Amino acid sequence: MEMKRKGMKNRVLFQQEFEIQGGDFVNAGESSCKIRNTLREIGINSDIIRRIAIAAYEAEMNVVMYAQHGTMKINVYQDNILLIIDDKGPGIENIELAMKPGFSTATEEMREMGFGAGMGLPNIKKNSDVFQITSKVGQGTSLEIKILLNGKNG
Amino acid sequence: MILSQIRELLNAELVSEQEAHSIDIKFAKASDLMSDVLAFSQPFSDRNTLLITGLTNKQVVRTCEIAGIGAIVFVRGKNPSAETIELAQQCNIPLLTTKLKMYEVCGILYTNGVSGASTYGDEEKRNEK
Repeated sequence: MEMKRKGMKNRVLFQQEFEIQGGDFVNAGESSCKIRNTLREIGINSDIIRRIAIAAYEAEMNVVMYAQHGTMKINVYQDNILLIIDDKGPGIENIELAMKPGFSTATEEMREMGFGAGMGLPNIKKNSDVFQITSKVGQGTSLEIKILLNGKNG
Repeated sequence: MILSQIRELLNAELVSEQEAHSIDIKFAKASDLMSDVLAFSQPFSDRNTLLITGLTNKQVVRTCEIAGIGAIVFVRGKNPSAETIELAQQCNIPLLTTKLKMYEVCGILYTNGVSGASTYGDEEKRNEK
């Protein structure tokens, strides 16, 4: 019985995957807007949606700005929502430094678009209940963003 | 304050054809940094916040869509591209443009009762007391 309950809890209720093209500033943010609209249709609490949408959007912009290609997956479980972003790109040499608000390696072009102010990763972390980042220089970066549906911030 | 009143106060033009002229604006934020707009977004979804900005690209509209911001006013007479207007129409976010500078827009709206977005919740707290 216990096993069954646990199984139920971990069942994916909804799943969606998006491809993100590096350098595609025209469509940047489209996937995050789709995620936002889908979660609204499912009936998720609006504050949770806002946090997921912001985290997804910042992560999507990072892929567009820095990587060649990436995927963004969203899994909705009974008690949490998991966003996984994997990219093929330059990777991050010093994650601790990259997490510092204000630190950025953005180009002038990115800054002109209103991004690259060094708030992306800190913003993602702020909106997550559990945040994990791994990166290999020359290969790419992976983010795991978990937001609890009944957690302290939910 | 109703968006059409804001339009009059700022002598602004409506650049996207929106029906949302009756949208009630209670808060505003002014920034050219979209990450800052996202970082200080408030937990409300009734689209009663206005963004004052000098940036006119599509990402501004996307940022507002993500953060639940109801309308945008472009300062210094800037006009958004056709692409930006098209996206705003899809997202149902009205766009205004004014010749005034950002600082002047902030001053005019603030003195006319539009609060800073960071003061959201203060009114409720006061009412509870």
